[in-house]
Amino acid sequence: MNSLADFVLVSAMLFGIGIYGLITKRNALRLLFAVEIMINAANLNFVAFEQYSPGLPGPQAALGQTFVLFSIALAAAEAAVILAIVVVAYRLHQDVDVSELKTMEG
Amino acid sequence: MVDATFIAMMVVTVGGAIFALEAEEIVYGAIGLAASLFGVAALFFLLNAPYVAVFQVAVYIGAVAVLILFTVMLVRQEKWSKELPANAPSRVAGVVTGLAIVVALIVAVASTNLTSETQLQNTASFLQIGQLISSTYSPVLEILALVLGAAVVGALTLSRVDRQGPEEGEKQS
Repeated sequence: MNSLADFVLVSAMLFGIGIYGLITKRNALRLLFAVEIMINAANLNFVAFEQYSPGLPGPQAALGQTFVLFSIALAAAEAAVILAIVVVAYRLHQDVDVSELKTMEG
Repeated sequence: MVDATFIAMMVVTVGGAIFALEAEEIVYGAIGLAASLFGVAALFFLLNAPYVAVFQVAVYIGAVAVLILFTVMLVRQEKWSKELPANAPSRVAGVVTGLAIVVALIVAVASTNLTSETQLQNTASFLQIGQLISSTYSPVLEILALVLGAAVVGALTLSRVDRQGPEEGEKQS
């Protein structure tokens, strides 16, 4: 059987990769990739700790999974807005390099 | 002991994440991100959380990854794949910071008794998820629907092409 530490290890590796991407990348799309990877690390941790604990009585036992569902939906909304901003930035500057984007005017 | 399925899915998840950030062609990077998200969904299955896993596949791979893929193909430029060698200091700083965080988390986990937790103790089913969503957390669900609607309207407003006054950069879009 897998132990809880294995899932936490995978989550930690995903989080470290996301931090690395946030620091080194200047392309807005790569930054979005890094943020999505870090959100997935947090979701994986959430479900892992919930499933390896006895849980609250009654329907509250599914609390962690419910929060992860909300988190996934929020991440989808966030990705839609970021991609719209990327398209606008590309239309204005022909590039999505975040160090070049000094203006946020429509 | 870990089983082979876990090892395979860990390789897919972590390898896909690294490939998403380091692939020369950003389209392949988007596909690597989809592979990483699929690996996380498989880990949810291993955690006995099938509803979350299916939700992850439907929303992340079905919607977000496809959205990212189309946007990448819309704004892709050839020069991105050539100017990859970023300035060395920031790359070293990124690798050092990422490794430091991973090592710190591993040391923290090793000092606990998480490795002895080998039994999945929570037997929550999707019935209980439905009960929670529709009773205790129904306000959250409605606010989440509002947020999603506002995000979609905002995205459409942002990316709308103004037909009245064509500007310089809008000709090829």
